[in-house]
Amino acid sequence: MSPTRESPVPLVVDQLIDDRRTRIIVCCGSGGVGKTTIAAAIGLRAAERGRHVVVLTVDPARRLAQSMGLTSLDNTPRPVSGVRTGGIAPSGSMHAMMLDMKRTFDEIVESHADPDRAAQILANPFYQSLSSSFAGTQEYMAMEKLGQLRRADEWDLIVVDTPPSRSALDFLDAPQRLGRFLDGRLLRLLVAPARFGGRTGMKVLNAGFGMVTGVVTKIIGSQLLRDVQTFVSAMDTMFGGFRERAEYTYRLLRAPGTAFLVIAAPEPDALREASYFVERLERDGMPLAGLILNRLHRSPAARLSAARSLAAAETLQGLTDSESSALGIAALQLHAERMRQAESERRLARRFTAAHPLVPVAQIPAQPDDVHDLIGLRVVGAAFGPD
Amino acid sequence: MHVSVRDTDWDGVRLHVVTGKGGTGKTTVAAALALALASNGRPVLLMEVEGRQGIAQLFDVPPLPYEERRVAVAPADDGRPGGDVFALAVDPQSALIEYLEMFYNLRQAGRALTRLGVVDFATTIAPGLSDVLLTGKAAEATRRKSGGRQVYGAVVMDAPPTGRISRFLNVSSEVSGLARVGPIRGHADTVRSVIASPQTVVHFVTLLEEMPVQETLDGIAELQGVGHGGIRPGGIVVNMMREAELAEGNGGRAPGRTSMSSKARTSLASKARTSLGSKARDIHALEIALKAAGLGDDSGLAADLADELADEARTARSQRALRRQLDEPGQPCYELPLITDGIDLAALYRLAQALREQGAA
Repeated sequence: MSPTRESPVPLVVDQLIDDRRTRIIVCCGSGGVGKTTIAAAIGLRAAERGRHVVVLTVDPARRLAQSMGLTSLDNTPRPVSGVRTGGIAPSGSMHAMMLDMKRTFDEIVESHADPDRAAQILANPFYQSLSSSFAGTQEYMAMEKLGQLRRADEWDLIVVDTPPSRSALDFLDAPQRLGRFLDGRLLRLLVAPARFGGRTGMKVLNAGFGMVTGVVTKIIGSQLLRDVQTFVSAMDTMFGGFRERAEYTYRLLRAPGTAFLVIAAPEPDALREASYFVERLERDGMPLAGLILNRLHRSPAARLSAARSLAAAETLQGLTDSESSALGIAALQLHAERMRQAESERRLARRFTAAHPLVPVAQIPAQPDDVHDLIGLRVVGAAFGPD
Repeated sequence: MHVSVRDTDWDGVRLHVVTGKGGTGKTTVAAALALALASNGRPVLLMEVEGRQGIAQLFDVPPLPYEERRVAVAPADDGRPGGDVFALAVDPQSALIEYLEMFYNLRQAGRALTRLGVVDFATTIAPGLSDVLLTGKAAEATRRKSGGRQVYGAVVMDAPPTGRISRFLNVSSEVSGLARVGPIRGHADTVRSVIASPQTVVHFVTLLEEMPVQETLDGIAELQGVGHGGIRPGGIVVNMMREAELAEGNGGRAPGRTSMSSKARTSLASKARTSLGSKARDIHALEIALKAAGLGDDSGLAADLADELADEARTARSQRALRRQLDEPGQPCYELPLITDGIDLAALYRLAQALREQGAA
């Protein structure tokens, strides 16, 4: 049966997590759509269905983090207690960790350079700035950490919550951008004087390069330039390693066993971003499993339409005042509002499916409160099964 | 000095930085604020810095180039014509090249630098530099004069999200940590003097949800610690409030359509205030009401509607608690209605009007 334009192929998240071949699930989407919650809910659900899971989060809400036992940002997977194991499924387990991007960067430096050189790099002011605030470092380090977790092979499922990037898929571009930077002529130019030392260095440079060095010095000042040069020459031996790691991670993302989930809320902006994600993932040949439409409003009384509900409320308004009719009016008007909201959400979802008819969609109902404990995550996860 | 016809919460402020967690409608609020400010009759510049072309989408115009373009005219106010709203999408690369031209007359060099990847390096790799270029452009537009008069009555910046805002605005000190002397340091110091002055405020856009509220409170606290004297926090804009929330909150001040009768509103509000646990009574009362309204033949309906009410009550309770938290820092709070049928120019005017009525502009 081929799907119609109206109704998308349903995405059954349980099938994805029950499939032992699924080793990595990457949750991406714009900020504020509940990405972290969904990632945590998938992790918990998978653990309670027998998988050994680690959830890598970037910026969880404080109480959600606490509920998973993450009290500090220490860059190490911590076991999550309260996971129900046993029963029908074989026993699973859940770990969670919060990314510390500077620590991750430091670890790469330490593992690639001898102790003296590593210390020299870590102390460099340019490095310190780069590792804590370079736009893209967080994305790159999230992917680096993913690579590390995968290599460690201690878990059979890794769920990654990606950083809320400014441009949707910075984390896909980060390795490439780093590679471009490291291969660039600019870096060779910057390294040259430090490597060859004063005069010899200058001779090697042609006139154009000389002019550029002059301009760069003029703009950024000689002291910063010196810091950069020292940093670059200290890092020089590590660059190959960086590129290899970046390429490894990129290949990992495209490999079978990886599944991308795009998370969106039923709002115009979030769905526009979701479309962009879907197109970008397809262009890069990344394995897209589907869209998770989070926080949908559904009514238990959907059989009563908004129009009939409002009409009934009006009838009550014309009758004598009583406590029960006041409550009835409130309930009927609230219901009408809910129904209108649900309808506008469905319209948005249909628009997405019309543009991407082959993308499977999972629908997750909105929760009345913010989710910040395992019980809440379990409720969210209940929507991962087939209808 | 510009003479204000009416008192607003931000008289004398010239640079309005608007931040908010992703998904809170930061760009929409920035645009509405620009329109509201332009109602005072002077031109306003609305700028975005994240390369998303959000302003162009909002005003339904083609993607903005690196050039200030008129996108809207504010509505007339008290018979005075409204001012123009200009928009600008700033990207660090163009800002750097412009900076080189302005200060060093280096147009040719700019091209060579682009070719060699210096511009790419400087704006994506060199930490902090990109931010100082973006804030630098905002500072420049704020200070720009023509014929002895400031070109813009106000500048509104659709800034990076709350999680990044302090660092973004603190670039000068970050840069000065790196560049202790030299021209970048000089430029950064100039930018800092604009950002840290009382003429600049940072507004926070939030929803009544836990994370955006927490980030707003953290963000306001962080601003105090930026640089030496801190950066002045502005208002808190509670965005996308549903009718019931608005009605319950600020009573008469609340803008927007009020289709709900006052009786029902009171009932809903009081319902939301009662604790849970009296559901059986609710169901019974609803059964009576539904029968009276001619919907008595569906026996399960009362229970289902009671479930909806209970959900609503839970949501309302946690939202009320969050709303109270937002009052704690003592900054003015503005409430904007949820617009369900898409944001167009008419909706922006409506939001701008709501901001003006509440004293934000």
